[in-house]
Amino acid sequence: MIDTKRELENVDDQPGTRDVPLRLMTQTEMTASAPAEREVVFELEGVSCYYGSFRAVKDITLDIQSHAITAIIGPSGTGKSTLLRAFNRMNDLIPSAHIEGQIRYHGVDLYAPKVDAVEVRRRIGMVFQKPNPFPKSIYENVAFGPKVGGYKGSMDELVEQSLRRAALWDEVKDKLKTSGLALSGGQQQRLCIARAIAVSPDVILMDEPCSALDPVATLRIEELMIELKQNYTIVIVTHNMQQAARVSDETVFLTMDEDRAGYLVERGLTPQIFTNPQNRLTEDYVSGRFG
Amino acid sequence: MASNPITPATGRASLAISGARAVTARSLEASDRGDQIRGAVFLALLLLGIGVALLSLAAIIIWALIEGLPRVDPRLVTNAPSTVQPGEAGFRTALLGSLMVVGGVIGLVVPIGVGAAVYLEEYADRERWWNRLIELNIQNLAGVPSIVFGILGLAFIVRGPLSLGFVAAAGSLTLTLLVLPTVIIAAREAIRAVPPSIREGSLALGATRWQTVRRQVLPAALPGVMTGIILAIARATGEAAPLLLVGAVTFVTYNPSFLEGAYSTLPVQIFNYSSRPQAEFRVLAMAGVILMLGLVLAMNSFAVWLRNRFEQSW
Repeated sequence: MIDTKRELENVDDQPGTRDVPLRLMTQTEMTASAPAEREVVFELEGVSCYYGSFRAVKDITLDIQSHAITAIIGPSGTGKSTLLRAFNRMNDLIPSAHIEGQIRYHGVDLYAPKVDAVEVRRRIGMVFQKPNPFPKSIYENVAFGPKVGGYKGSMDELVEQSLRRAALWDEVKDKLKTSGLALSGGQQQRLCIARAIAVSPDVILMDEPCSALDPVATLRIEELMIELKQNYTIVIVTHNMQQAARVSDETVFLTMDEDRAGYLVERGLTPQIFTNPQNRLTEDYVSGRFG
Repeated sequence: MASNPITPATGRASLAISGARAVTARSLEASDRGDQIRGAVFLALLLLGIGVALLSLAAIIIWALIEGLPRVDPRLVTNAPSTVQPGEAGFRTALLGSLMVVGGVIGLVVPIGVGAAVYLEEYADRERWWNRLIELNIQNLAGVPSIVFGILGLAFIVRGPLSLGFVAAAGSLTLTLLVLPTVIIAAREAIRAVPPSIREGSLALGATRWQTVRRQVLPAALPGVMTGIILAIARATGEAAPLLLVGAVTFVTYNPSFLEGAYSTLPVQIFNYSSRPQAEFRVLAMAGVILMLGLVLAMNSFAVWLRNRFEQSW
């Protein structure tokens, strides 16, 4: 809990030129709340995501706990990625996309008119399915986020700290100026994680981060995730059920209805979802009868 | 397999085996003679095409060198043109005029062209009809004959609203309009070639749209943009017709200035010399051609070097 406060204080230390309600609310919330148990980072109420008139995800209501790994699982095409991208307003990039319902982040409605999407994305970072390092040096990849966010402290220290936290420092410390694209797939993905960490986010969203990687790299990233949850809240979308069982604390199961919209079937603690699911569909999915 | 190969027990079996082997060997051979011949002919045509292009270029350069080499000396660039003394005439004023005009073009076309390309690719909503109209217009403008731009320059830049008169700045503006569509199209292609994943990665870190364009997209698109600028430079340096209409007179003996006074450019001066009867002027004109080719080569080499410095591989 103290760690979280420090993280958020770090965020506020970065001089930003924009001053929006979202920031102020977060600060107030955090300093006023009592540490002790896990608190809720996201509250979703009746959230539906649309692409134009097509409803991709319908009526999702759930909470995401802080400092935990929440896995969203389900068959292909059920809108898991769409839902994940709604958390940090990445769907805004698609002109016809809009949502109904509310997504509250620390009590603040993310889609309220006054909320700046750019500020949202500085607190809620994302790692993509295919590693996408910038065509720049490793150092510049990690430094990019803080630089555009107006970070004024020692960049060298921040880069080193981020790379260490992403378990990549030892492998790249003497080639920081070489291209990020020259790394292996697993290293590139860890670079993307380091890059996301460098802006000191509150939450890290991961959209199938290991699906393009080999098993060894996958294992390293899973270990990294478990380490990271001490400092960050992690929400991961994964096709790999076993991965969800291995790393996550809570699991959310989505499947497709007849109208091709994804809906929430069941959510709960991971051990329970996998060994003693309440819903018949969940049981069928985790035992491999469909999907 | 076993270490001792199976020997056929009967004559029939060994016949069958060798028959099967022959069929396999036959089927693995090149399938169709026709295909092979077609492949060879196609390759020959490609080589012919490239041969024609290279030969033409070589012919021009060699011919210019042969004809003009006698007059290639420092006087070419230090002396002003003269109608009566071919032995002493040079291209100084025309060279300065060319550098000024092309310099002006580069200074104008880079911000305007790249800016337009960025707007069309990053900010404009492709669905709106007026954006599609703009796109269509730009592509059409790239094919308009250069003399039309000369008339446009005469009507609106030299006279009309801008009324700059017959000065080098008017030449620059006219040529800017001429090469702008090319630069915009090349820059758009380059920006489009930047993978969307780069933009998404940047935005997901909390960068604004403008920061993403300025710090990720444009640096990554630089090689393609440079290509467009190279094409623009080459075209602008060699144009004569539109400049004749906006005041590049064929005979200027004093150094031009950008905003006042008459000016001339290399192609126009070459045209002047080559239309004179004396044989020495012809040689001088060819020397001017060598000079102009050298100038274009120098500018392009610099641009290519600049492009290579920023080359990326995905």
